[in-house]
Amino acid sequence: MEDEQRWELRLYVAGQTPKSILALKNITRYCEENLEGRYSIEVIDLLKTPQLAAGDQIVAIPTLIRKVPVPIRKIIGDLSDEEKVLVGLNIRPLPSKNKP
Amino acid sequence: MHQTSSIPKVSTGIDGLDEVTGGGFPKGRPILICGSAGCGKTLFGIQFLVKGILENDEPGVFVSFEESAADLTNNVASLGFDLDRLIAEEKLRIDHIPIERSEIEETGEYDLEGLFIRLNYAIDAIGAKRVVLDTLESLFAGMQNEGLLRAEIRRLFRWLKEKGVTAVITGERGDKTLTRQGLEEYVSDCVILLDFRVVDQIATRRLRIVKYRGSTHGTNEYPFLIDEHGISVIPITSLKLDYKSPSEVISTGLPPLDALFKKGGYYEGGSTLITGTAGTAKTILAGYFALGSCLRNEPVLLFSFEEAPDQTIRNMLTIGIDLRPYIESKLLLIHASRPTLHGLEMHLLVVNKLLTEFRPRAVIVDPISSLVSVGSPLEVKAMLVRLIDTLKIHKINALFTCLMSRTGSATDDGTIEAVSSLADNWLYLQNELIDGKRKRSLLIVKSRGMEHYNDSVSFTISPAGISFAASSTLTSSNTANGR
Repeated sequence: MEDEQRWELRLYVAGQTPKSILALKNITRYCEENLEGRYSIEVIDLLKTPQLAAGDQIVAIPTLIRKVPVPIRKIIGDLSDEEKVLVGLNIRPLPSKNKP
Repeated sequence: MHQTSSIPKVSTGIDGLDEVTGGGFPKGRPILICGSAGCGKTLFGIQFLVKGILENDEPGVFVSFEESAADLTNNVASLGFDLDRLIAEEKLRIDHIPIERSEIEETGEYDLEGLFIRLNYAIDAIGAKRVVLDTLESLFAGMQNEGLLRAEIRRLFRWLKEKGVTAVITGERGDKTLTRQGLEEYVSDCVILLDFRVVDQIATRRLRIVKYRGSTHGTNEYPFLIDEHGISVIPITSLKLDYKSPSEVISTGLPPLDALFKKGGYYEGGSTLITGTAGTAKTILAGYFALGSCLRNEPVLLFSFEEAPDQTIRNMLTIGIDLRPYIESKLLLIHASRPTLHGLEMHLLVVNKLLTEFRPRAVIVDPISSLVSVGSPLEVKAMLVRLIDTLKIHKINALFTCLMSRTGSATDDGTIEAVSSLADNWLYLQNELIDGKRKRSLLIVKSRGMEHYNDSVSFTISPAGISFAASSTLTSSNTANGR
């Protein structure tokens, strides 16, 4: 069951800024390495859809939200600290595929 | 007052503050309102927006980092502010942005573009001209990168200016700085400090304009009041001695007393002080004064610090003064309160508010000596000076009674001295026992600009009222010339 847990992430950006591009690159890499095939990342550009900022209470950009699994987690910044991001999202690093 | 409008201004929506600021807030600029918790910052912001919508047709956005929209709406409903309706009419938007550190992880670089986008979206959606950020400093509680936050806040203020909105930003009072996070460094245009003090168990709210670039402004501390109509500030210390002296004369309300004045009464718009020890008929003379005004069909406002309205009316009835019809016809308003209920400034504000609402032609304060219990002699004196000035400017006939202690001289605490020098007329009442008989007397100590009876006049009080000794009329032999 654990292995079938899907991860739904949402990344809020405001245009193609270096910080946003870096954040997307970072989170994609972490997911590929640790959650291969079990994740989705939705990128929301607030310059295009500003009305969506209120829903997830976005103040800082970039902001990464873990929608699933609940509870919702929020990480702001360019996500450059891998360990902090994984801990923040509560993702146990692989490669050990063994159940705890 | 000040008319130096080199910069365009917008109404603050706070009664009295436009006068103090020489026309209002700087249009299209950020204004910082700082003060400790509970000093009225949030209400200040709400009122700025609501009045802006209702009176200036300027839509507004309220960004709340603390209270939710529902809480805000409920809290101000009692002031008659219907936020739900304004929101429905698309004149107002409330954006609640809760910030909690525990929910947010930080890693790497970020900016506050999300806040900018939300603000921009809200402003554009309703064409807002006014914005309130309450309180921006909450961001510091939610995010760790202080240097980044400061840079972003600086950018935010610049952005607000470019956007052309008049923005009120609130900040919590710091220990040594105006705001905890030193926001005053970023707002250079207009900074206002709200203060909430409790001295001798009496709460007083005060407002001071710390900075207002490009504009003259009052530099005093102005008392402000939060009541059922919101916040109001009264610019009382900005009065000047430029009122005119009327030459019309009004009755004292008591014909035999009128006869002691050359012109048959007091000058209109003047102030009269009645001093005497306990039981010398000060309040009775005040009652006649009220009656006289009612008979002229002029509204009277009576501040009673010692008696309840019913008691005043009943006592007056026993000497033949029936004030009841005038209470009913709303010509007479009796405002009774304990002096210690408010601070001095609050009393003055209440007076000012009633002056605006009731528009009396005569005001009676019975007795002003009660106010001494609420403040130091210096403060009481300052307050009375302001009060008398205010009444003079409105050309209101004023009458103050003042209780003197039986042993003390008329100048024992400085209060009477202060008022007597400001008052135009001064009546001194006595009640002595001579050979076992009560002897009441009245002396006109002074009456500015009017000839008056020079000697002490004895009088009696009966159910028919006050009667003077038959001989006491104004003759040339016993008059004194007023200055």
